[in-house]
Amino acid sequence: MQQRLSLRLTDTSLRDGSHHKRHQFTVDDVRSIVAALDGAGVPVIEVTHGDGLGGSSFNYGFSHTPEQELIKVAVETAQRARIAVLMLPGVGVKDDILVSQDNGASIVRIATHCTEADVSVQHFQLARERGLETVGFLMMAHSQPPEALAKQARIMADAGCQCVYVVDSAGALVLEQVSERVEALVAELGSDAQVGFHGHENLGLSVANSVAAARAGAVQIDGSVRGFGAGAGNTPLEAFVGVCDKLGFETGVDFFKIVDAAEDVVRPVMPEECLLDRMALMMGYAGVYSSFLKHAYTQAERYGVSGAQILVRAGERKLVGGQEDQLIDIALELSREKVR
Amino acid sequence: MKAAIVGSGNIGTDLLYKLLRSQVLEPRWMVGIDPASEGLRRAADLGLEVSVDGAEWLLRQDELPDIVFEATSAAVHRANAPRYAEAGIRAIDLTPAAVGPYVVPPVNLGEHQDAPNINLITCGGQATIPMVHAVSRVVPVSYAEIVASVASVSAGPGTRANIDEFTRTTSRGIEAIGGADRGKAIIVLNPADPPMIMRDTIFCAIPEDTDPDPITDSIARMETDIRSYVPGFRLLREPQFDAGRVAIFVEVAGAGDFLPEYAGNLDIMTAAATKVGEEIARAAASESAVDRHVTA
Repeated sequence: MQQRLSLRLTDTSLRDGSHHKRHQFTVDDVRSIVAALDGAGVPVIEVTHGDGLGGSSFNYGFSHTPEQELIKVAVETAQRARIAVLMLPGVGVKDDILVSQDNGASIVRIATHCTEADVSVQHFQLARERGLETVGFLMMAHSQPPEALAKQARIMADAGCQCVYVVDSAGALVLEQVSERVEALVAELGSDAQVGFHGHENLGLSVANSVAAARAGAVQIDGSVRGFGAGAGNTPLEAFVGVCDKLGFETGVDFFKIVDAAEDVVRPVMPEECLLDRMALMMGYAGVYSSFLKHAYTQAERYGVSGAQILVRAGERKLVGGQEDQLIDIALELSREKVR
Repeated sequence: MKAAIVGSGNIGTDLLYKLLRSQVLEPRWMVGIDPASEGLRRAADLGLEVSVDGAEWLLRQDELPDIVFEATSAAVHRANAPRYAEAGIRAIDLTPAAVGPYVVPPVNLGEHQDAPNINLITCGGQATIPMVHAVSRVVPVSYAEIVASVASVSAGPGTRANIDEFTRTTSRGIEAIGGADRGKAIIVLNPADPPMIMRDTIFCAIPEDTDPDPITDSIARMETDIRSYVPGFRLLREPQFDAGRVAIFVEVAGAGDFLPEYAGNLDIMTAAATKVGEEIARAAASESAVDRHVTA
């Protein structure tokens, strides 16, 4: 017998895709993608610099267009979809959340490394006080066992988070590893908060992992149309919608319309396809934060060293999201070793 | 100069060991609020007068300190600061309260040596603002950005509960003391085990046609100045110049007084506090020497 599950999908091509686009989204890009996704029935669309509110910087890359302008355009364009923003405590601040709300965003997603949930408490409290819907991201979820992850989820839920996501930032989780983590969160949170899953394609498993997450009790699932995201890309949302149709999971998204949106609207905005190539596989295999990919390419070229080696060493050093600066240090280390 | 430490947590206890080594500062009191405090126990064993009744108790004593080091929280220091001032006690504030002017010893201590209250910004600020200054004293810096990576275990509950305070205060310090037109601070907590030693990256926007050599020299001189009071501070790499930008990579290992070596973020705060206290004590000693000379 098939399970009748109802899932809420969030498209993150205008946030995680910002990495692939090196943060060069324009007002026109946002308008066309939001219109197409909204027309296909995608209920939530995330729009922010790839590294969250306030991410425009030397470390992560400067935005072509200020993210708040993009958020405004997204809100103006969407007829039905709600606009979400991402923020990482330590990069953005509470004021960024308030400005986003003024510009019409109604969901705030607060992301921490999966052992550091307590830095998000003040932001969840503020968001709930202001009537925003809240989502929590436990990033690099592959690096912690299910029980440890569940304890961190509890911290977020107690602070006012309404849905805690298992975030496979490195695309390193494999099937049962997703189910076990989602189940642990569902068991811990009960009716206090929902559970979500955010996948990456670095081991070619994002759709299958998302199905495993849904079967284990996740009710919110992230994806990016055409995989437009970081690393080898995010869960391709149109493929996941098709799979959900086959499995009888309700998403409210029209398969044919989102397939058209992927091909006709989103692909032309992408600088190139997101590929499951050597570099992306290294990330999934070594457990490296997906948005390091473009930075690793940049430093590999600048210092004449191997990009794949930069990523493997980033895994060895156990770098977490946000430490893009250390990729320069690794590239310098590799170039020095080469000279010897 | 007689000194008191208010706050008996990690920072206060590490500071205790540094003050005990000082030739010009004499730590006599340490107060906290936690009867189970390891710091208070150690201070008592080392011969200090201790109390769990906090600054209240300290200010009731017949003999008062000349200088107090506040290692509590911003809220507590805001409440205590006027009372220290009233009692004529100089205050060095290791919290983000920012009652007094921001001080980073190798940049602007001279300007504020007479201030009744001195604030030390943040750990990330102490490690990075001198480097922003090292660049801005050579060329105009329109924008500076710092990324501080610290071991999760060295970020205490205060920092975690108010991480926005770190980013905002550090950004302001980059502008006010570092000399950048605009500043931005990013902090990343890394749970790797064994814990990583604190690392900071400083990016400064500089004019495109800048000659790198004077900047590199200035950065090297600043490294020497910082190492004179924070021995674990070092440049990890040569400064890296790219179009319109210089990137500086530093590491801060702690002296291992009370806190482990990886906690360079905490060590640089206690080292800076000790340095400021010692300079104040030396200035006071030379003033009183002048006074004696004049009266004679």
